[in-house]
Amino acid sequence: MNTESNIKTLIVKKPLKLDCGKTINEFPIAYETYGSLNENKDNAILVFHALTGDQFVTGLNPVTKKDGWWSYAVGPDKAIDTKKYFVICANVIGGCMGSFGPNHEDPNTGTTFGTNFPVITINDMVNAQYNLLDHFGIDKLFSVAGGSMGGMQVLQFISNFPDKAKTVIPIACTSSHSAQNIAFNELGRQAIAADSNWKDGNYFSEDTIPNKGLAVARMAAHITYLSKKGLQEKFGRKLQEREDLKFGFDADFQIESYLRYQGSVFVDRFDANSYLYITRAMDYFDLAKQFKGNLSDAFRATRAKFFIISFTSDWLYPTQENKDIVIALNSIGADVGFVEIESDKGHDSFLLDVPDFLSALKNFLDQSYIDNES
Amino acid sequence: MKNEFQVIAELIEKEKKVLDVGCGDGVLMEFLKNNKNINIRGLEISKSKVQECIAKGLTVIEGNAEKDLKQFPDKSFDYVVLSQTLQAFLDPELVLKELLRVGKQAIVTIPNFGFWKIRLHLLLKGTMPITKTLPDEWYNTPNIHMCSIKDFFNFVKSRDIKIFKSLAINNKNVSIISDSNLTIKNLFADLGIFLIEK
Repeated sequence: MNTESNIKTLIVKKPLKLDCGKTINEFPIAYETYGSLNENKDNAILVFHALTGDQFVTGLNPVTKKDGWWSYAVGPDKAIDTKKYFVICANVIGGCMGSFGPNHEDPNTGTTFGTNFPVITINDMVNAQYNLLDHFGIDKLFSVAGGSMGGMQVLQFISNFPDKAKTVIPIACTSSHSAQNIAFNELGRQAIAADSNWKDGNYFSEDTIPNKGLAVARMAAHITYLSKKGLQEKFGRKLQEREDLKFGFDADFQIESYLRYQGSVFVDRFDANSYLYITRAMDYFDLAKQFKGNLSDAFRATRAKFFIISFTSDWLYPTQENKDIVIALNSIGADVGFVEIESDKGHDSFLLDVPDFLSALKNFLDQSYIDNES
Repeated sequence: MKNEFQVIAELIEKEKKVLDVGCGDGVLMEFLKNNKNINIRGLEISKSKVQECIAKGLTVIEGNAEKDLKQFPDKSFDYVVLSQTLQAFLDPELVLKELLRVGKQAIVTIPNFGFWKIRLHLLLKGTMPITKTLPDEWYNTPNIHMCSIKDFFNFVKSRDIKIFKSLAINNKNVSIISDSNLTIKNLFADLGIFLIEK
């Protein structure tokens, strides 16, 4: 997979001290931009991607040759209108689309990091991406937005840099990873570790990849992104290209075939070690803990305008966890709006064509932008 | 904008912080934001109404007054507005308490069940009254705790809640309710507006 030519990279010169105690130097941040930065440099939106996303938000992803992960929401005349706004998105550190990650070479050993890569956190990801503001000469972002792990980065960003964004849009996320969230991530990690090709993360030297384990991890996670009702309506007990059950362990059911397909295409574009590192970062995320258990303190210094969105059928990051953020903000009199969108598409709703969601997002941004200009 | 909202807006001083509980599509909020430079927030139970508010650039939280007022700190708003909704709550006393806790003052409006047309409707037709302010049938009305201006007036007094202003609205006419004219106003007003404080 020769992808280098399609990836824009910023080499961060400033050393970054990670939460684990290690410091990284001269590390790459891969990013992409859409639209153009205006003269006042006040129309920039930093979008944060979720666990398996990357910097290619919209349009054709030049590496995977598929639509960008947020193509429904971002683009000309879309909710995040690239005719109006300058959208920046970076691959998180620990990722595998060009940013500093476990598939990079360790300069000390000359071999691929693998599991020798330092454990990173959501805080580290955000601090690394903050360098993009300096790179573009942006003093203050118009907005920071993202869903799922992207939403966690949004919360961490405004907590770390309270005066660096005017509006803040955490979507379908949480301020603290729950036991259930950690459990599902652990299931994925164990699936990878159980693949004999994983070799404790040193699979690069052997030229094998733990694609079976990674595919199982993806299959399990994928179920958590959908709702029971959505699955039932789409697949039910429909059979896969057969008249009747075959009394074997082939994919008799369409849902089985669908999950196997999802697993198989995922391994082509994602690195197993990155999956371990990023899920770990999510599990470690507990914003309230960073403020001695008081989530409100995370937001006390900011004057930004928040808009929090959840989905009725999202059981991975349910409405109540999103509401907890609203409550923390209200208790300090912050400017916060909240809506729960009706959708049976589960956690993935934020990535899909959910008109109520897309119009709420667009209206909030465009109305805030009018206030911003006046 | 309806007369009720005009009257509410006049009770609110400029440049204050206001929470509109059950803000609907945000008509009052928009007026207060644009004309009185009010820092305005809304709480609304209907998803579609919340969407309408967002489209107007208003800060609204989807939620239920009975459950979601408790997240706001004591006296965090100068005024809390509750328009024609008190009678729809399972526990109106609790909601009133919460309004007075969250707001330095509360503005509460109630459709008056003592209004003469309502009395007459019940007396002559013997069926549940339907008026312009109370358009629903008995089986589909959200109003489960109807009261009259007199009921509400006596209720707040009995709870040691201070009444700063109580106004009676009949069509376009607005008049002040006092102890001495309470019985008359209770008959001729279809809406009562109260500015109260605890």
